Amino acid sequence: MSAFMSNLLSGVSLGSVYAIIALGYTMVYGIAKMLNFAHGDVIMIGAYICFTMMFNLNMPAFLGVLIAMAVCTLLGVTIERLAYKPLRQATSLSVLITAIGMSYFLQNLAQLIWGANPKSFKSVIPNGSISLMNGSLKISYTTIVTIVASVLIMVALTMFVNHTKMGKAMRCVSEDRGAAQLMGVNVDLTITITFAIGSALAAIAAVLMCSAYPTLKPTTGSMPGIKAFTAAVFGGIGSIPGAMLGGILLGVIEIFGKAYISSELGDALVFTVLILVLLVKPTGLLGKKVHEKV
Amino acid sequence: MTEITKRRSDTKMVEYPSRSIVPERDIDKCPVLECRHLGIEFGGLKAVDDFNLTIGPTEIAGLIGPNGAGKTTVFNLLTKVYQPTHGMVMVDGKDTAGMNTIQASKLGLARTFQNIRLFSQMSVEDNVRIGLHNQIAYNTASGILRLPGFWKGEKKQHEKALELLSIFNMQDMANVKAGSLPYGAQRRLEILRALATSPKLLLLDEPAAGMNPKETEELMDTIIKIRNDFQIAIMLIEHDMNLVMGICEGICVLNFGKVIAKGTAEEIQNNPEVIEAYLGKQKEEA
Amino acid sequence: MNKTALISTLKKFSKQYLPCIIVTVFFIICQIMISANAMPRTTKSMLIPVCVYIVMAVSLNLTVGISGELSLGHAGFMSIGAFTGVVMATYSREVFGFSQPLQLIFALVIGGIMAGIMGFLIGIPVLRLRGDYLAIVTLAFGEIIRNILNCIYISLEGKDLHFGFNNNTLPGTQIMRGPTGVTGVKTISTFTAGFLLVLFTLIVVINLVHSRSGRAIMAIRDNRIAAESVGLNVTGYKLLAFVSSAVLAGMGGALFGLNYAVTSPSNFSFNASILILVYVVLGGIGNITGSVIAAAILYILPEELRSFNDYRMLAYAVVLIAVMLITNNAKIKNFINNLLKKNDEKGGETV
Repeated sequence: MSAFMSNLLSGVSLGSVYAIIALGYTMVYGIAKMLNFAHGDVIMIGAYICFTMMFNLNMPAFLGVLIAMAVCTLLGVTIERLAYKPLRQATSLSVLITAIGMSYFLQNLAQLIWGANPKSFKSVIPNGSISLMNGSLKISYTTIVTIVASVLIMVALTMFVNHTKMGKAMRCVSEDRGAAQLMGVNVDLTITITFAIGSALAAIAAVLMCSAYPTLKPTTGSMPGIKAFTAAVFGGIGSIPGAMLGGILLGVIEIFGKAYISSELGDALVFTVLILVLLVKPTGLLGKKVHEKV
Repeated sequence: MTEITKRRSDTKMVEYPSRSIVPERDIDKCPVLECRHLGIEFGGLKAVDDFNLTIGPTEIAGLIGPNGAGKTTVFNLLTKVYQPTHGMVMVDGKDTAGMNTIQASKLGLARTFQNIRLFSQMSVEDNVRIGLHNQIAYNTASGILRLPGFWKGEKKQHEKALELLSIFNMQDMANVKAGSLPYGAQRRLEILRALATSPKLLLLDEPAAGMNPKETEELMDTIIKIRNDFQIAIMLIEHDMNLVMGICEGICVLNFGKVIAKGTAEEIQNNPEVIEAYLGKQKEEA
Repeated sequence: MNKTALISTLKKFSKQYLPCIIVTVFFIICQIMISANAMPRTTKSMLIPVCVYIVMAVSLNLTVGISGELSLGHAGFMSIGAFTGVVMATYSREVFGFSQPLQLIFALVIGGIMAGIMGFLIGIPVLRLRGDYLAIVTLAFGEIIRNILNCIYISLEGKDLHFGFNNNTLPGTQIMRGPTGVTGVKTISTFTAGFLLVLFTLIVVINLVHSRSGRAIMAIRDNRIAAESVGLNVTGYKLLAFVSSAVLAGMGGALFGLNYAVTSPSNFSFNASILILVYVVLGGIGNITGSVIAAAILYILPEELRSFNDYRMLAYAVVLIAVMLITNNAKIKNFINNLLKKNDEKGGETV
């Protein structure tokens, strides 16, 4: 029972990280209608920045995280302006390839700056744990912080999207970019802000992820990036609660799959569940069905 | 509505057993289309309700009504883009319940679309050839291996495609990309593509939309020519009353998903309910 | 009169089969260079992989360009072909005593068939989805295939093949060992075989595109609803394109697997699929000739840039982004179009 609980908690914790990354994916997809494959690599850069600030420049953890967030936000906005904005009218495949190019670029840039050897990231969250059920279940601070942070982020993001003027603009642009522009919404600014938020979230995800899984390499961001993207699709791409739900479910499935079925097939299991969900509900768990008018 | 170009041979319409009318010449033949109590609901909204219609195998029928009356929905029900929630559709005496679009096409239904749906990246001839897909067939293997079946089939398809293109005098455009054709030509090409499937009933969704009066006149002649040459039934949705009153034998008027009148052009023009719902306003304007 | 007809037929033929002509010319040049000892060894070692990647790019173009479905799992089919090919080559050598060319043909055929079966099984559920959802599911299948291959152990004992799942204690000589993949493979792939496979792939794809079924596939891509309305079997033709593409990718994979002493499942990750997709997009979606040229250049370029080492992939990434930005820039596009037009006019005058 306690093994089950501890697996469940680590699943939810891993899933929370996926969820934060997936939020970035899903917002960008909802508003710019593009798959930002470089998102995973923004996470990697965020982790490296935080690492450098804390271990090379001996800054306190919170400052490291803040600087990582600032750098990622700037990076996300720059990428959007330089690489994606000129392609607003281009086919989605061209944008996809550009995003892939950007992903290669960031990975190789990181390799040039920080080297290909893995760095060992030390948790920004103090080591330690809370014991429950007479000590048979230990919950580490990292797990608690990760879960709390992701819940807070989702609540804040939902409030922002539903109750602010910029949030309303985002919903408009995601529904009909042309009409939004005609109504005086600054589409470019809205997309830029979306990238900024997504990238700042990526930095938080980076720190949380590396606190739990402390190996840092130039390719660290790829697999979580792909899985978070999967999570976003799983929950219904474009939907904020969907990304959260998808992320957490994915994390739980992955941990349980590794624990109870086969440690080699954890990823395969995640993807199998995704396929099954899409077959039953082709637009994801919380996605809206779009009818094609004949 | 002063000048209506007369092209109908003043067909005498007679009663068909299921409270509908067909041209007198078709009374002994199996009707090409028979709808009984056809209806569809979208989340409680009855888009089409209790739609009854019979069309004779060589009839030119019109389906008119104000915008949003459910005309295109009727076409979508007939071609199985939507599955009806009520009633039945018989095509050439066969019940189409449970069929999909592809089976409906094979049964003899072909259509054009209100918002043109051509294969825009392909040539004009290839668009017609796609219509001939199930008519002149050879298998994939002989296509890849260039077996005799391929050459024979391609030759037949080419000849037939050009023959069809000549209906609208479009042979010279055979190699033009369909997407780069002018609007009117795109509409005509869509009709040819539908015709290529050898339909028994051709459904035209606003064939004259975007055409100038001269083009519309030509279209009217061509529609009659198609009916005469191919001996098929044609049902059309159209807002151009000159065209509808000029060539349609039986006309059905739809409003808010319900049939409000059925009859010949004269009957429809003099029907007070129709005038009130639809035509009356036009008369005032004129 | 007859002469002009002949010329126009020839013109049409050469236009349709342009990629075949290009590939043949290059093959002849390469053969001459090899026999004259004028080709550096590093370039020579790239010839077979180039053939493989041309096959991969052309086959993926069948799915992405001709059928219009974005697939992110093409390397999955390649891996199935590769490992099936290696196992089959070994098996046919040990059990049937096939000669090397026969082993290669046997490996290619079975590798293609296995990948095709997989394509069929995956295609049935996948092709119900559209757009980005289809892309993510193909990505997922690519990863699942790689994960499962990581757990597969195959050994040959006498005339029997033994299969094991996460079981490295199989009797006999081990052929495939999970994450290690296949080692000590007899490299029987040859440049000529690679060339013939490229030619085969091109002819299959070109003939398919210019036939009744190919037109149906493109019609479905252009407008699914209209295609259904004229009675095209949408699922059937999508599946045809997807499975054909998988078969060709499997054959390319078999050639790839038999070109290296060691091949492991990690060679066929998501990144490998993306690499092939990049060839297709940069060569021009739906453009077969473009795929051939892009695959050849983009495979050789990073290899030749090895002297720049650290900056190599960085430069590659920059080139990739730059090409996308330039080709999608309206001003530059107009400029190039004008340039081409002028050249055409000049050409017209001289003739």
